[in-house]
Amino acid sequence: MTIRIEVNGKTHDLTGDPTMPLLYALRGEIGLKGAKFGCGLGQCGACTVLVDGKAVFSCLMPVSALEGRKVTTTEGLMQDGKPNKVQQAFIDEQAAQCGYCIAGMVMRAQYLLDRNPHPSEAEIRAGMQANLCRCGTHAAILRAVRRAAQA
Amino acid sequence: MANISTMSRRAVLKNAGGMVVAFALGSAARPARAIEAGTLKSVAEGIVSSYLSIDTAGKVTVYSGKIDYGTGVRTGMAQIVAEELSVPLTDVMVIEGDTSLTPDQGPTYGSNSIEVGGMEIRRAAATAREALTDLAAERLNVPRGTLTLTDGVFSADSRTTGYGDLMEGKTLSLDVDENATLKNPGDYSIVGQKIPRPEIPGKVTGGFTYMQDFRREDMLHGAVVRPPALGAALESVDEESLAHIPDLVRIVHKGDFLAVVTRSEWSCVRAARELVARWSASETLPDQSKLWEHVRATPIVQDDVTSDIGNVDSVKGEDEINATYQYAMQTHGSIGPSCAVTEFIDGQLINWSSSQATHRLRGQLAEMFGMDEADVRCIYLEGAGCYGRNGHEDAAADSALLAREMDAPVRVQWMRHDEHGWDPKGPPTLIDLSARMDGSGEVAAWRSEFFIPQGAGGAVELLPAGLAGMPTTTELNPGGITNDSAIPYQFPHIRTTCHRLESTPLRPSWIRAPGRMQNTFANESFLDEIAARRGIDPLQFRLDRIDPQDERGRAVLERLRDLAEWVSRPSPRDDTGEALLKGRGMAYVKYELRRTYVAGVADVELDRNSGEIRVTGFHVTHDCGQIINPVGVQSQIEGNVIQTTSRTLMEELTFDRSMVTSLDWATYPILRFDAVPEVVIDLIDRPDEPPWGAGEPACAIVSAAIANAVFDAAGIRLRSVPFKPATVRTALKEAATRASASSSA
Repeated sequence: MTIRIEVNGKTHDLTGDPTMPLLYALRGEIGLKGAKFGCGLGQCGACTVLVDGKAVFSCLMPVSALEGRKVTTTEGLMQDGKPNKVQQAFIDEQAAQCGYCIAGMVMRAQYLLDRNPHPSEAEIRAGMQANLCRCGTHAAILRAVRRAAQA
Repeated sequence: MANISTMSRRAVLKNAGGMVVAFALGSAARPARAIEAGTLKSVAEGIVSSYLSIDTAGKVTVYSGKIDYGTGVRTGMAQIVAEELSVPLTDVMVIEGDTSLTPDQGPTYGSNSIEVGGMEIRRAAATAREALTDLAAERLNVPRGTLTLTDGVFSADSRTTGYGDLMEGKTLSLDVDENATLKNPGDYSIVGQKIPRPEIPGKVTGGFTYMQDFRREDMLHGAVVRPPALGAALESVDEESLAHIPDLVRIVHKGDFLAVVTRSEWSCVRAARELVARWSASETLPDQSKLWEHVRATPIVQDDVTSDIGNVDSVKGEDEINATYQYAMQTHGSIGPSCAVTEFIDGQLINWSSSQATHRLRGQLAEMFGMDEADVRCIYLEGAGCYGRNGHEDAAADSALLAREMDAPVRVQWMRHDEHGWDPKGPPTLIDLSARMDGSGEVAAWRSEFFIPQGAGGAVELLPAGLAGMPTTTELNPGGITNDSAIPYQFPHIRTTCHRLESTPLRPSWIRAPGRMQNTFANESFLDEIAARRGIDPLQFRLDRIDPQDERGRAVLERLRDLAEWVSRPSPRDDTGEALLKGRGMAYVKYELRRTYVAGVADVELDRNSGEIRVTGFHVTHDCGQIINPVGVQSQIEGNVIQTTSRTLMEELTFDRSMVTSLDWATYPILRFDAVPEVVIDLIDRPDEPPWGAGEPACAIVSAAIANAVFDAAGIRLRSVPFKPATVRTALKEAATRASASSSA
């Protein structure tokens, strides 16, 4: 069985176990590093990517559910090799300590701002709620999302 | 002739190929000349070339034994060296934690990276600059004093010579001068500046290579299947249970060490999940509902008296208050579970991990495999933050054991339940406090007793070695947990005693601010109890009792009063009768009584019905001496406050008689965005003072400030961390019962 998916604009044909979560295809077969393994349980959001524009936990979603769908990772947000607005806001705010959660945070913020370009403080916090950070970078991440919303 | 040890070192350098990561502060990466395969460099302590090299183009490489796990010290080290050598920051590159390239500067813990490691590197850089200045004076045939140094180039009259010319490809093989003249902080243009961290763009856009992203050619994937109970013995393995896994390579068992090895990562995850094995039953843990009785009943092996001023036994009288404080067992909770890769080449072990102590790990792996340390190379790669000794070293040993069994490079990626279940834990902390008052109500005698495990900051047992019956330490090492048991207040009689316990449930280690956080929680809460009893403003109470000569201590307290717009009054505030109670509390620490000063105010809201506490804001004043990079210090303080707010309100490890049961983020929740306080910081920079640590100290004040704010809001004293809603509801109910009893009496 072959599953055809599009990742960051490129088509990939996946063979093998159809129950394999998308995360393992992205990091293994496709060789991307942005989406991270954090829990494998959909509890932390380190693996967050966009599927047809919606934020999903790639550690849970089996590749069999992705036939013909478009996947975007943080690598795919780059525009002409440069960070996009959301990524640049994270860089400008130095919104990473260890940064292991950050690519997932960027994807969550992108999803939030795609739907709601001018979120209130409460909407930002609610929008970012699914993603965990252990370093306590939350304050800087919130500043980055606010900055991206204003950019 | 090279001795055997040197030959081994040269071989391990060669065998690791070009797998070294160097961070350049400039945008353009450049090849790291000094780390080409097989190049032998000094790693001996006290030799300048161990810490830095300068190539013929004048570019500088810093070799730091201290590592950056997200704290920003990489940038700090580069700033320190660029400043001391007067070279552009973009000419400095940093290599960290590689036992073949960097000196052993001790584990990266205790908030010591800049304070200790950075200052060793600063002195090395100053020594180099002084020596090169002599050389330049000789070369240009002018007195030293006439030379000016700009961007690594000396000039006198119109003639110039630069570091690169003077080095001529040589190494800086000279002793570090402990008294080398250091640059005058008044002339600083790099240290003290807000320098962005070079790795952040890659972390944000996905280009950065974490440990978890690192691959070797023909690498296999391994996963350890650990026993369902601590101490359980492996009785049988049903190999057929994995017949359906397509690329299974082998099932490895050695004693109670059981692992699967596959060609692809997903198969490895499945194989570890689906392998059927039988283990003996084992119940070695105490009943968690009686944890504190267990701690109190654990045999004491030693008493450490950490302060003994006056004679507490001489103070007589009836007026005494006592309280017992508890701090729960907690886990590091790294967002990325531990990961490591090991490869054996020509009998030599090369390991990549995120260990905060690669030099120590090298020794532990050598011990485990009965190898010469010179044949082991441990290389640091940044992973997810660990905040102490988590599972990195165990994963390193897992991968080493499997690499040896398979004779191939093996990567081990722990799963979430491995990290939550098996990384070493912050031990339970039980503290008894008592204060006896004099006739005026002032504290005459302060006495405290801490019930904490024995040990310090040494090596922690390697899990797979224990399971496989291979050599490893059996010592307990929970970190320097007696620190801050003594207090910064001037009472006439003080005795603080740490009862060191023979054992503690689960393998202990240090988690950020070990001991300092728990001990300061108790001390600063109890001090607040005394201030409240006397009806004195808690901030003034502290100001009046620290050493009056301690101007820096006074400054953080006085500046906190301004920063937080603190209104002087005793706690608690009057009950308004509203459902949502509000309060503010403060706490203070002089870290380890000898370095970084921190004071903070917590603002809390407490829902009287649900018992839920929300920390809405935190004001912090912070004096860590000379600030190398204000952005780095700010992010460390924010992180300390937010992480410790999580630990204070939510975090408690759970276990049954067999094993840890809080194995994921549902059973061990941590703070999410809805509960993040606003953090306002006043950084006190003292450029003429030595730099002190900032990675931990602010942790110490958080729990007490929150507890004191809750007392201010509701008149209830929370003495057991975490402050979960059910605990708070019980305390509110007890307070209400007491109030009605006293009003009806």
